[in-house]
Amino acid sequence: MNTKTPLYNRHVELGGKMVSFGGFILPVQYRKGVIAEHMAVRNECGIFDVSHMGEIEIRGKDSLAFVNYILTNDFSKMIIGQVKYSPMCNVKGGVIDDLLVYKREEEKYLLVPNASNKDKVYNWINHNKSGEVEVIDLSDYYGQIALQGPNSEHIMRNYTKKENIPEKYYSFLENKEVLISKTGYTGENGYEIYAKKECITYIWDKLLEIGKNVGLIPCGLGARDTLRLEAGMPLYGHEMNDEITPITAGLGFAVKKNKEDFIGKKALENELLWKGKRIGIRIVGRGIARENCEVYLDDCKVGLTTSGTYLPYMKGAFAMALVAADLDVENKSMQVKVRGKKVDAQFVNLPFYKRKERK
Amino acid sequence: MNYPKDLLYSKSHEWIKYEDKIVIIGITDYAQDSLGDIVFINLPEDGDEVEKGEAFSDVESVKAVSDVISPVTGTICEVNEELLDSPEKINENPYDAWLIKAKEVIDHEDFMNAEEYEVFLKKQ
Repeated sequence: MNTKTPLYNRHVELGGKMVSFGGFILPVQYRKGVIAEHMAVRNECGIFDVSHMGEIEIRGKDSLAFVNYILTNDFSKMIIGQVKYSPMCNVKGGVIDDLLVYKREEEKYLLVPNASNKDKVYNWINHNKSGEVEVIDLSDYYGQIALQGPNSEHIMRNYTKKENIPEKYYSFLENKEVLISKTGYTGENGYEIYAKKECITYIWDKLLEIGKNVGLIPCGLGARDTLRLEAGMPLYGHEMNDEITPITAGLGFAVKKNKEDFIGKKALENELLWKGKRIGIRIVGRGIARENCEVYLDDCKVGLTTSGTYLPYMKGAFAMALVAADLDVENKSMQVKVRGKKVDAQFVNLPFYKRKERK
Repeated sequence: MNYPKDLLYSKSHEWIKYEDKIVIIGITDYAQDSLGDIVFINLPEDGDEVEKGEAFSDVESVKAVSDVISPVTGTICEVNEELLDSPEKINENPYDAWLIKAKEVIDHEDFMNAEEYEVFLKKQ
């Protein structure tokens, strides 16, 4: 069963090609296509319907201890108005999901899981519930819009008062029914706006109206994927899953082994655990590597690609792959098997694209 | 979307044009639109044999890979090599951006005319 987001009619009016994704019907692209949408976000601005993302709130006296137990990052020094990224692990150290955590009040945290993992996350949280906490699924209450790109700040300034707009990356402000956070999944400056479903269409229309003179266009799931890949960001189900640890997925920065016990800690501390690393690959030969292409170093198979496509800003085919952590990938000849044929490739550092300044 | 009346169409969304004994083959407006921005194409070589129902090329967009199926059995006599460097020409004008020309055509699929193809698309 697929759910329509509150913006479904807008997508259809704007010529969105609708597809099912994580239980929702969303546009993979609009009329201008993935490349134009991708470039708009890099050079001007793009607006995305991300209402499919889940929202789960954890409240109560023991909420801090509880989020610290179910997530790998450390939330003890977090202040209200801050956002933190964190994997959620199973006991084997595999990733259940990766989420954003918003500290709304001293005893109130909002977790934002991926759409396709929302129920899994909700059930896992309830299964492991301890102490005085309340877990509430607010996914049906909220819609969400992402406004991403260099002109996003200008658009926000015209949309709302300055004091409603967060300044620091990974911070947020909320007033009445709207929560604005300076976060995103594109590698650009941008905002994510949470509001109750009934308000989402109003906000979408207003932002599009304000932004039309500065190059703002609606963007679909296709551009969302190429943008995150270009920015070297992992995607659940590709760079990580229930079997892949956050360390292997390159998310070690969000695993705080020094904190008290948390789910997955023992497994992640085990020296015998297979350790991998996520690497960047540029396809030099002819072809576009997708997911699950074999990667060869000096003719030895060393791993598989986890994501790959043509990246519009970099103007070439790129992929990410998972290989053993101790594998020396530099100065060796690399090939990737694309549709049965080995093509030349090259190791490159992640991210493929990095914007010049980050405020 | 646009389906010129002077062309023939296959069920796998190729367009076909007869020019004397030469057959020109490309992909339809529907096919390019479904694929989205085309960023890569693999083409066969001059002199290669093509067989009806078999893939002779693949086109890739940002999102997907799609085989191009030969609607005829014959021998390739010309390849549009310009597309190797600018595959986006297929999106811009799918009926200008032919993929291959074939000669000595001894067999072909059942073709549709433009009107029939549009009816066929509606049923998709």
